[in-house]
Amino acid sequence: MLGEQIIKGMAVTARNFFGSYVSKERLTTVQYPEERLVPKENTRQFPFLVYDGDDAEKGLRCVACQICEKECPPQCIYIVKSKDKKPDYKGQPQLYPLTFDIDISVCMSCSICVEVCPFESIKMDTEFELSTDDRFAGLLLHKQDLAKPNSHYHQVHAQDAKDSDAVIAGEKAKAEAKARAAAEKARAEAEAKAKAAAAAAAPAPAAPPPPAA
Amino acid sequence: MFEKLDQIFVTLKHLVLGYVPEALQPLVSAVLSVTLILSVFPGIFAIVTIFERKGIGRIQNRYGPNRVGIPFTNIRLCGFGQFIPDGIKSLTKEDIVPRAADRVVHFLAPIVMLIPVLLAYAVLPFGRNMTVADFDAGLLFFFAVGGAVEISVFMAGWSSRNKYSLLGAMRAIAQMVSYEIPLILSAVTVVMIVGSLKLVDIVAAQNHYTFGIAHWYVFTPWGFVGCILFFIASLAESNRSPFDLPEAESEIIAGYFTEYSGFKFALFFLGEYLGMFAIIGLGITLFLGGWTSPVSFLTWIPSYVWFVTKMIAIVFVFIWIRATLPRLRMDQLMNLAWKLMLPLALINIVVAGIWHFMGPDWQRWLVCAAIIFGAYLVLGRGLMRHQKLGKRTYRYAE
Amino acid sequence: MSLPFLIIAFVTLFAAAAAMSLRNLVHCSLAFVVAFAGLAALYLNLDAQFVGFAQILVYVGAIAILIVFAILLTRSGDTPNEAVLAPGWFYGIAVSAAVFTLLGWAVLSSSALPKEVSSAPQTTVKNIGEALMNKYVLPLEIIGLLLTAAMIGAVIIALREPGKTKMEAGELKIDKTAPPSSILHPPSSTALTGGHS
Ligand code: SF4
Ligand code: SF4
Repeated sequence: MLGEQIIKGMAVTARNFFGSYVSKERLTTVQYPEERLVPKENTRQFPFLVYDGDDAEKGLRCVACQICEKECPPQCIYIVKSKDKKPDYKGQPQLYPLTFDIDISVCMSCSICVEVCPFESIKMDTEFELSTDDRFAGLLLHKQDLAKPNSHYHQVHAQDAKDSDAVIAGEKAKAEAKARAAAEKARAEAEAKAKAAAAAAAPAPAAPPPPAA
Repeated sequence: MFEKLDQIFVTLKHLVLGYVPEALQPLVSAVLSVTLILSVFPGIFAIVTIFERKGIGRIQNRYGPNRVGIPFTNIRLCGFGQFIPDGIKSLTKEDIVPRAADRVVHFLAPIVMLIPVLLAYAVLPFGRNMTVADFDAGLLFFFAVGGAVEISVFMAGWSSRNKYSLLGAMRAIAQMVSYEIPLILSAVTVVMIVGSLKLVDIVAAQNHYTFGIAHWYVFTPWGFVGCILFFIASLAESNRSPFDLPEAESEIIAGYFTEYSGFKFALFFLGEYLGMFAIIGLGITLFLGGWTSPVSFLTWIPSYVWFVTKMIAIVFVFIWIRATLPRLRMDQLMNLAWKLMLPLALINIVVAGIWHFMGPDWQRWLVCAAIIFGAYLVLGRGLMRHQKLGKRTYRYAE
Repeated sequence: MSLPFLIIAFVTLFAAAAAMSLRNLVHCSLAFVVAFAGLAALYLNLDAQFVGFAQILVYVGAIAILIVFAILLTRSGDTPNEAVLAPGWFYGIAVSAAVFTLLGWAVLSSSALPKEVSSAPQTTVKNIGEALMNKYVLPLEIIGLLLTAAMIGAVIIALREPGKTKMEAGELKIDKTAPPSSILHPPSSTALTGGHS
């Protein structure tokens, strides 16, 4: 009969109408400022700079190598190198950025800077509430805005941060091992030298010197 | 006490008129009535826009607007303050007139739209003794001014010099002209039974009670069909979904008011809703007993409250329909009007005649209901015969 | 002659003059609508409610729409550059004045005209209805029949021959080589295939 289907359709919409007052599951909308969804593991918005320890200046991992500046597709990173050097986490003296600016109105969140950085120092943040009434200066983030502690990184991307820490630990261990090896070698060489000197002093034919290591 | 409450507006008006010199009394009386209408119905319009947005939201499992409440506080009122910023926004927007537009006609169209719509309120009985102008031919007046809306639609569509506007206007006029016929024919039945074109008489004729239930015409077979036909036609007359072809957003932007912005757009919007309220008011008056209460033990509730309640209830049904049914195609629209509603309305007139002449027997219920149901079945089958789904062929405009 | 009458008469005459002399046809028709409305107001001013409302319903609601549609469908909305008044307007005025005089003379000297103005009759809608249904029922039915016949005739003329589109019936010619002139008239399928084969 004509009109049957209309009645059926009206019943469906009526059920939706009343159901939306009864069961909360029907309403998929998240009431944003009050309710928030937990961000997904791989959420990324804009980059930030990681620092270790408590001091943003001292612990900044970035060594101002400018790889990210060169690789950034829309060219939104601006770095000025320092003249002096400061020790990095391995204790080696490195340059550090005097200025590190990212124009987030240009940044396209491609994460290429993160991928090219050899020093685990630039990472993607999940912060998205960056709206401002100043569209020029307000959207140009400076070093002090960008620098965030490693703990923040752990908070936003736990797994990545762990991996990154592992990499750094590995690097550190390697560097330490190298340093130890170098020290050992130096000591062995010194010993050998000392022995040789002693042998030269007392010209007794001795067994050939033991291998250095 | 309740009597006083019922007549409070009438008493107040007489009180005010008592302080006015004799010669000015008609003028002041008119101004007072018009002021009341001009403040109440746009107010209802404002609330209804929120209801509509929230209702459709709920039907689609969304919240709808729920943020704006009282300004500068944290009170949200479930979003019922939304109409204030909406209004401010549309009133402060720039008024853009296209360069090619016909400026005079473009300017006049929204005004010509609003005037007949507001005039239509003059004859509606909002409550006991509450009719602004109780014409002898009140029903005719209503339809006459309603017809003038078409001119404004044409003016808007033509003067904008925009093909979407013109298309929208053409669609709107074709639709309004087609649906005016079932609209008027379904109202004719009531006129036949009551024997008067006066809306106050029509309400008075429905103001009886048997076993505590009112004699509304919707409770008779012919009245039921007439009521449904009337409200379907009024949906089409007020360009509401599923008959919203004239302003089909997905096809022709906004139809005849595509080129309107700011205040003029708001006027069109207002005119459209006020037209809908007016036509719903007429439908209530004709079939749903106007300001009378449905059951006799609720007669103490003031008459105007009943009127507004019924109106809002019907508006809710309209919103519900809007959220349910997809837009009709042009040929479906015309088929519905000319192949189903018009014949049914004509048969309904005959049925009303039979009802009148069979006297107060119980058989008349049976006979009338049988005739109407049979006609509906046959017409419905005829309309659905061509609805078999098959391969779709497209024909372009020739 | 009361003030409302003067105002209504002036507006009506002004609109009628505008309907004659405006250049844009749509403007003319809109001015015509104003003239119709003025006429309706005149009826209302004479307390003839039913006629007044019927005038609005029929003329403003229906006839005006018909005129407007006819204008839109038959010619483009361009405004003519030359004057709208025909060069022989003088003769036109002379003829219409002569006809008006003749008619006025005939009416005034008619014996059917009551010499003294009787008091306004009590014409209510009820009276009109009773008159139509009793005294004038036969003319009413005849007019109804006539209009129905006219409408059926119009439908039959507008009806296409079954199974034929307008184009096949030869009513519509499409230049098959020309590109479609506007977006409102996309090429029909025959025009498309015709252009390629
Ligand atoms: S995320 Fe992409 S665009 Fe943004 S700073 Fe890094 S490299 Fe540049
Ligand atoms: S963030 Fe990484 S790649 Fe960019 S300058 Fe600093 S260390 Fe180099």
